[in-house]
Amino acid sequence: MSELLSDNSAALKDLKDLVVSQLANEILETEIRYGELTVIAKRDDILKVLTFLRDDTGCLFKQLIDVCGADYPERVERFDVVYHMLSLKHNLRIRVKVRTDEESPVPSCVSLFSVADWFERETWDMYGIFFAGHPDPRRLLTDYGFEGHPLRKDFPLTGYVEVRYDDEQKRVVYEPVKLVQDFRNFDFESPWEGIQNVLPGDEKAEGKA
Amino acid sequence: MSEQKIKNMTMNFGPQHPAAHGVLRLVLEMDGEVIERADAHIGLLHRGTEKLIEYKTYIQATPYFDRLDYVAPMNQEHAYCLAIEKLMGVEVPKRAQYIRVLYAEIGRILNHILNMTAFALDVGAMTPLLWGFEEREKLMEFYERACGARLHANYFRPGGVAADLPAGLLEDIDAWADQFDIFLNDFDRVLTGNRIFKQRTVDIGTVTAEEALDWGFTGPNIRASGLAWDLRKSQPYDSYEDFDFDIPVGKNGDCYDRFLVRFEEMWQSLKIIKQAVKNMPDGPVIVQNNKVAPPSRAQMKRSMEALIHHFKLFTEGFHVPAGECYAAVEAPKGEFGVYLVSDGSNRPYRCKIRAPGFPHLQGIDFMSKGHMLADVVANIGSLDIVFGEIDR
Repeated sequence: MSELLSDNSAALKDLKDLVVSQLANEILETEIRYGELTVIAKRDDILKVLTFLRDDTGCLFKQLIDVCGADYPERVERFDVVYHMLSLKHNLRIRVKVRTDEESPVPSCVSLFSVADWFERETWDMYGIFFAGHPDPRRLLTDYGFEGHPLRKDFPLTGYVEVRYDDEQKRVVYEPVKLVQDFRNFDFESPWEGIQNVLPGDEKAEGKA
Repeated sequence: MSEQKIKNMTMNFGPQHPAAHGVLRLVLEMDGEVIERADAHIGLLHRGTEKLIEYKTYIQATPYFDRLDYVAPMNQEHAYCLAIEKLMGVEVPKRAQYIRVLYAEIGRILNHILNMTAFALDVGAMTPLLWGFEEREKLMEFYERACGARLHANYFRPGGVAADLPAGLLEDIDAWADQFDIFLNDFDRVLTGNRIFKQRTVDIGTVTAEEALDWGFTGPNIRASGLAWDLRKSQPYDSYEDFDFDIPVGKNGDCYDRFLVRFEEMWQSLKIIKQAVKNMPDGPVIVQNNKVAPPSRAQMKRSMEALIHHFKLFTEGFHVPAGECYAAVEAPKGEFGVYLVSDGSNRPYRCKIRAPGFPHLQGIDFMSKGHMLADVVANIGSLDIVFGEIDR
């Protein structure tokens, strides 16, 4: 395993250099961690980045493995859209990320990879991230007529509505969630674990303050 | 007579249909009996697994992975455990790696038996399903003996496996492996050369290598299209590099080739199982670090420290260093990946599950275009669709 990782790391470093040299204006950051290369691209240039990664002979990431969102509410641009790509030719993976917020659309890459269709629909469904130019921007996984975007961090785990079959009306009815007991979210984090052992004032000795 | 304009018919297929393999709802636009467009409506089994995982500790989240692709539960746990181990830098003991390989391959056979026999049922052959379920039952007994549950195993844990194999289990698996070829040969004789079966599958739903790449196909479905790609060979995890096995590759990418590739994969899995049983090393089955893995029951009864470790692990859980990683395994259906983001706490910040069936089902539209209604059923069967993992 470790042998494999080291083999990989040289190839990854070459790939990183290639990407940095060829896409200097389109990318913001690159990082190699845990034997994986992450590239943060500019939102409006994502199609250019993905096209380069797909078609350049040094990359040939012909397979878009996954597109997903991630939510960091404390950031100004709170969402990440994460693309995982796989190159069968070079046996490498790459992760491309772009940042966005509730309003700004991300260019849809369905024209580059047909598989992105459902992935982007799912991301729209779960996070409410817009994909500009998506051919069929419907919801995918949630119920017909569902409101809200369930994987956002500010969406409660219990949701807002629940359904049941009403025997009198002979149909399924939607009602606001009624919890017999408040949702409990225990904080098991130990105050002792990972104690920093820093006394107030110590930082002055090291000249940091 | 003036030319009449014929409107396309829209037909609803599923969600309650035996050939829909669960809760697939297809809205089919049909011109006579020819499919023009197949619009899959999924999400009827959506349980919000990814959201639930964000509210659980790392150990509590493992059982959710059994409930994704419930046909081969342990293969899903495998990807999740690999992701955690990658972030934590945990080295899994050799014996645990071999046990994982052994059970991942048992899972592969479990999956392929169900898929292929159900596929045969979809296109009209009932007998293989009845034979196959007998073999599946034996394999699920091996699951049960290792972890106590036939299906929802929760056996693979971050750092190893939950418990060592009980005495005699390896011998029984070996004895089973020696007689499994009887089933495989019977199965082969009844289906592979069968005229009706071939008429329903050959040249149906042909997928070229380019299409397979474009539509994100993985696993047996991409191999049937002629690409020799298997994560067990190309990016070996655990101890797959120690094992000697071949990657079957198809030629035409039609339903029949996908069937043949899966069939040959069962032979190869059988080979791996035999090797794993024969070369099973001794030693611990989970990493000997009580900050990650619980101490043994016996230790717990005698040592205060072990008791505290146990208590802390199952209430607070362990903390995973902040970072993100993607770990993938070659699950029976294709590449099953977990994209795990940790913020340094005891719960995953984000856990995206990349299920192989998701892009496969998406391909049903382009595969079915221009085929007959009955061929949609063959396509669904040959793609190996399980809704637990697609809807998540």
